[in-house]
Amino acid sequence: MTTDVNVRVPVREQDAAKRAHNFEEVCYGYNEEEAVCESTRCLNCQNAQCVKGCPVAIDIPAFIAQVKAQNFEQAYQIISKSSSLPAVCGRVCPQETQCEGKCIRGFKGDPVSIGKLERFVADWARDHGIKPEGASSKNGKKVAVIGSGPAGLTCAGDLARLGYEVTIFEALHEPGGVLVYGIPEFRLPKEDVVLKEIENVKSLGVKIETNVVIGKTVSIDELMQDEGFDAVFIGSGAGLPKFMNIPGEQAGGVFSANEYLTRSNLMKAFKEDADTPIYRGKKVAVVGGGNVAMDAARTALRLGAEVHIVYRRSEEELPARVEEVHHAKQEGIIFDLLTNPVEILADESGWVSGMKCIRMELGEPDESGRRRPVEVPGSEFVMDVDAVIMSLGTSPNPLISSTTEGLDVNKWKCIIADEENGATTKEGVYAGGDAVTGAATVILAMGAGKAAARGIDEYLSNK
Amino acid sequence: MYKILKKRVLNETICLMDVEAPRCAAHCQPGQFVIVRTDEGAERIPLTVCDYDRDAGVVTIVFQVVGAGTLRMMNMEEGEYFHDFVGPLGQPSELTLETAEALKSKKILFVAGGLGTAPVYPQVKYLHELGVDADVIVGAKTKDILIMEDEMKAVAGNLYITTDDGSYGRSGMVTKVIEDLYAEGKKYDLCVAIGPMIMMKFVCKLTKTLDLPTIVSMNPIMVDGTGMCGACRLIVGDEVKFACVDGPEFDGFLVDFDQAMKRQNLYKTEEGRKYLLEQEKETHHGGCGQCN
Repeated sequence: MTTDVNVRVPVREQDAAKRAHNFEEVCYGYNEEEAVCESTRCLNCQNAQCVKGCPVAIDIPAFIAQVKAQNFEQAYQIISKSSSLPAVCGRVCPQETQCEGKCIRGFKGDPVSIGKLERFVADWARDHGIKPEGASSKNGKKVAVIGSGPAGLTCAGDLARLGYEVTIFEALHEPGGVLVYGIPEFRLPKEDVVLKEIENVKSLGVKIETNVVIGKTVSIDELMQDEGFDAVFIGSGAGLPKFMNIPGEQAGGVFSANEYLTRSNLMKAFKEDADTPIYRGKKVAVVGGGNVAMDAARTALRLGAEVHIVYRRSEEELPARVEEVHHAKQEGIIFDLLTNPVEILADESGWVSGMKCIRMELGEPDESGRRRPVEVPGSEFVMDVDAVIMSLGTSPNPLISSTTEGLDVNKWKCIIADEENGATTKEGVYAGGDAVTGAATVILAMGAGKAAARGIDEYLSNK
Repeated sequence: MYKILKKRVLNETICLMDVEAPRCAAHCQPGQFVIVRTDEGAERIPLTVCDYDRDAGVVTIVFQVVGAGTLRMMNMEEGEYFHDFVGPLGQPSELTLETAEALKSKKILFVAGGLGTAPVYPQVKYLHELGVDADVIVGAKTKDILIMEDEMKAVAGNLYITTDDGSYGRSGMVTKVIEDLYAEGKKYDLCVAIGPMIMMKFVCKLTKTLDLPTIVSMNPIMVDGTGMCGACRLIVGDEVKFACVDGPEFDGFLVDFDQAMKRQNLYKTEEGRKYLLEQEKETHHGGCGQCN
């Protein structure tokens, strides 16, 4: 094991050339020996900065101290006081800008590998059948949670621990939200990780009812008036995929990243025997540079395609996590940067035959602070592709806001909610996650679910 | 799990089922749809609502075997359970937003083609219960595949049945019947046409010349059906709309049918291949036009 305190214990990964052809998890995580070794690098700071960087404020030094002492079960119980989904967070959180970004070790060397340690503890607990500790007694109050993604599961878990009777309503046939339909298997295994985390939330007493589309199958007012729910949390997620509105976008072989990923992840189309089909392209362009674009690109690669990321700015502006970009490159994804599609070309049958693009260069910074990409005149060229995946973000789904009286939305049609406690403009109704902020990260949604659980508890305790 | 309470085979490929789904039955309206999954791992199949009984908590669906998933549905029996049944989805028919008085002042014509008879039925029934008698044209290729004649007769004002081959009722396409009715001096204020896209396209082409506003119901490929994936997008006017949340009903004069049909045909092959494989297993040796 490493002896240099400034260097983190490296994590084992599946070989890039091999993993480009399978859906098994890329990162293997730490084993016991590696985890304990890495934990000794933690300085156990009095005024721990890492905790401030964590949206759900896990007591990081305390759990790492337990890893050091090899009390892995205690380490797990410390984490699960703050997080309902540690095995998920350990895998998909952008630790480099959160807990690890604040770690004192980072000044001189590598920050402590907090994410990998969290993952190790959560996986160890799962392998040893350890469950989170629930409430000792129920308080008799009922809360409805809409959506079983990261925000909903966190809010439900926290409220159940406080003694509330919680029911989650999920629109799809399987709980998990973006953890199931969005993030691919090779980054977040469904059976071993997501399903087990959901079982843990259920073990706290949370009920999950699938196939219920709130706003259609039943309304929020009916839940509160007829079904006796004292409060409601809306964690319904991001919504409708955006397209570029360029000519040819209706051609066959043009998918939103949501469609492509839903087919592969939720409907298991990556397996040969699945009922739901997915197009296995020969040469695929993924338009966009976020984490979702990386997920779509790496999925298309594993389904056998040559894959190009087409992004209008430069590498520096890529919104995706550095680790995702790094993994994508290792696996052989080609990055066509400073390039923007202007038209999608189709063959006689109406299927994509190419994508006309234009080269871009960076001009003055725009309102986002990033340098604005401007077209280079006369630089059009045609990329020869047979599928295009649009990964341009989403706009809010109006299903709930349009059917709930008194629930206000902002000019982007996102639900208005107080950042501190999740309160919306409707009494007893709270909201958080992508439905409020627009598409963001798993951990920010969890932070919002947590804040709303506190807000709901305060509201119902004083009622 | 959602119990199949009743199964009635309407013809060789079309089947009606009553399904126990109380939450959905309590809220569904004419024009909306549901999504069904037969079992774990199956695809999500969108189907328009054919009827509902709020008190009994029952939703009636009618489906046609077009792929592996619907074939499996056809093979299920009374007393068995669907793994998933979610709805109602989409917007209710605009007719449900109007008052009985407003509806009574209108002459409404429904045009149903093939399986489209099923989603037309609840709309005609809805009007009938408000005391509005609408005229209905039902078209089928031939007599044997005509569905729901008795049910429709019970709720329609005048019912005009036509078969392409003249084996029953009038002879010819539904568009011919519309022309004949106008020639006979009939006139309508609104047309609702539901059936194969090609039928809806030609109905709209005709009704435009008759100045007869026409609503159509689109059923493109869908995955989630809740506005998440965008697979069901189509061009209406100059805008991209999602059939699952903005529709399924649209102003027929604004729908780009050619584009929509192209999209549908492209995907049909994938589904068709699955269907053939399931039916014929390894005995299928090509030549069907569905396989490579």
